[in-house]
Amino acid sequence: MTVLLSANEAADAPLQDRAPRHFGLTAEAWLRIIAPTLIGLLALAGWEALVRINEIPPYLLPGPVTVFETLIREWPSLSVSLLITLQITFAALAVAAVLGLALAVLFAQSRIIELSLFPYAVILQVTPVVAIAPLIIIWVDDIRIALLICAWIVAFFPILSNTTLGLNSADQNLADLFRLYRASRWQVLRHLRLPTAMPYFLAGLRISGGLALIGAIVAEFVAGTGGRASGLAYRILEAGYQLQIPKMFAALVLVSLTGIAIFLAMSLISHLALRHWHESAMKERR
Amino acid sequence: MPEAPPIAPVTEPRGPASVISLEGVTKRYANGTLAVRGVDLSVARGDFVSLLGPSGCGKSTVLRMMAGLIPPSSGRVEMAGGGETGDIGFVFQEPTLMPWSSALRNVMLPLRLGGVGRQTAERRARDALASVGLAGFEDSYPRALSGGMKMRVSIARALVTKPRLLLMDEPFAALDEITRHKLNNDLLTLWQAERFTAVFVTHSVFESVYLSRRVVVMAARPGRVVEDLAVDAPYPRGEAFRTSADYAAHCREISSALHRAMEE
Repeated sequence: MTVLLSANEAADAPLQDRAPRHFGLTAEAWLRIIAPTLIGLLALAGWEALVRINEIPPYLLPGPVTVFETLIREWPSLSVSLLITLQITFAALAVAAVLGLALAVLFAQSRIIELSLFPYAVILQVTPVVAIAPLIIIWVDDIRIALLICAWIVAFFPILSNTTLGLNSADQNLADLFRLYRASRWQVLRHLRLPTAMPYFLAGLRISGGLALIGAIVAEFVAGTGGRASGLAYRILEAGYQLQIPKMFAALVLVSLTGIAIFLAMSLISHLALRHWHESAMKERR
Repeated sequence: MPEAPPIAPVTEPRGPASVISLEGVTKRYANGTLAVRGVDLSVARGDFVSLLGPSGCGKSTVLRMMAGLIPPSSGRVEMAGGGETGDIGFVFQEPTLMPWSSALRNVMLPLRLGGVGRQTAERRARDALASVGLAGFEDSYPRALSGGMKMRVSIARALVTKPRLLLMDEPFAALDEITRHKLNNDLLTLWQAERFTAVFVTHSVFESVYLSRRVVVMAARPGRVVEDLAVDAPYPRGEAFRTSADYAAHCREISSALHRAMEE
């Protein structure tokens, strides 16, 4: 006698997403792209119209066309600054991810270590980076490393606290199962706690991506007042001093686009890593 | 009630026929709750025993002590032959699968944790999945499976190490009745084919009669064994047994035993 699956059980299995696709994307996905794009274009058109009809001078409020022209014209100097800001942001994010993960794993191994060190991570988080940036810039000779440290301080905590939470969220029955098979500490970490923490870590990474950029920009504003920096924030400051308002806007646009790009990149990483199993990466099914 | 010291004097083993035995087992949790008191229970090799009782009677606690997941406060839990890793399989009330792993990798887990090589583990896991009727679902993730199918994966995982003792904690309680009947039949088929000893915790009189050779009725506050009844119908059991007068008589007998247990 062999065991066979019943039709009743097979019929109960959740249906896989089979929505029709147009040019590789579902109607829902297209709506997600088209609707915000349309709103953005309308807002830009309204802004341009406002500037032209009221004849607002560009040193008060440049229209989007002027800003775009400036962006093209100033691209040689702006692109160099963009690259510097990107380097600092991603280096800070990478260090935050590695150290945040490593420290969270350390916390997960010992409650004593977690209880002793976690408050200091909180202090690091709640101290405004603007307030400590001047000190760090004084202490650290290399301005890029100083900026990196500032960005890291801001980006570090969400990864640490999320991953710590995730490592402690393992299913109790699964933990019992690992105990039943006498799994080693390392096996529990590798096969149970780290996979459980994965969505938490990625959510932290998504928050930290934006924060790293903000940290890098804010720190550079502080450093920039000393005339020692060359990232996008410095371009904004510089353009401000020279009353080149369109250039200020152009740099600001680049900062925003960078933030959006980082967010999208982190969302993509998260989706790719979790698409097989986590609710957050699943399409709504009706 | 004075509690005996954790290390009880060595007594005569209950004979080679017993797979696992509990002697005077009491469990008091850290918060002071007395979960079970003075349980003596010996499970014969190859037997199918159900632990039946109301919520809070400590049947899950007894099962967890058998698995070695929690230690008794006093008394002894002894597995014949010591108990190697993989000697005991455990099926939880929920499927308790790793959502990030395919069905195959879920079933491979006990073998991988025990240091079995990847290829051997994979082959044995495929066989185990096929034995529970899930051939072709190796690469499915748990979220793509129905409740009954997930429970089948859970059973395959428990059986992949060829355990001598399979412990099940109300495994089919959350399933619809049609699926539950089917899984009951399949469980009996596996039990007859693989000759493991089964201890099955349930709330259901009907399930306990249909599956087991022996029904241990427990009462609550504190959890203890109050009756120990035999269901002497032959296997294989099927729909004919479910509709027989014999089945009805056993259900009546065990229902009234459960009723008495809850009156006490």
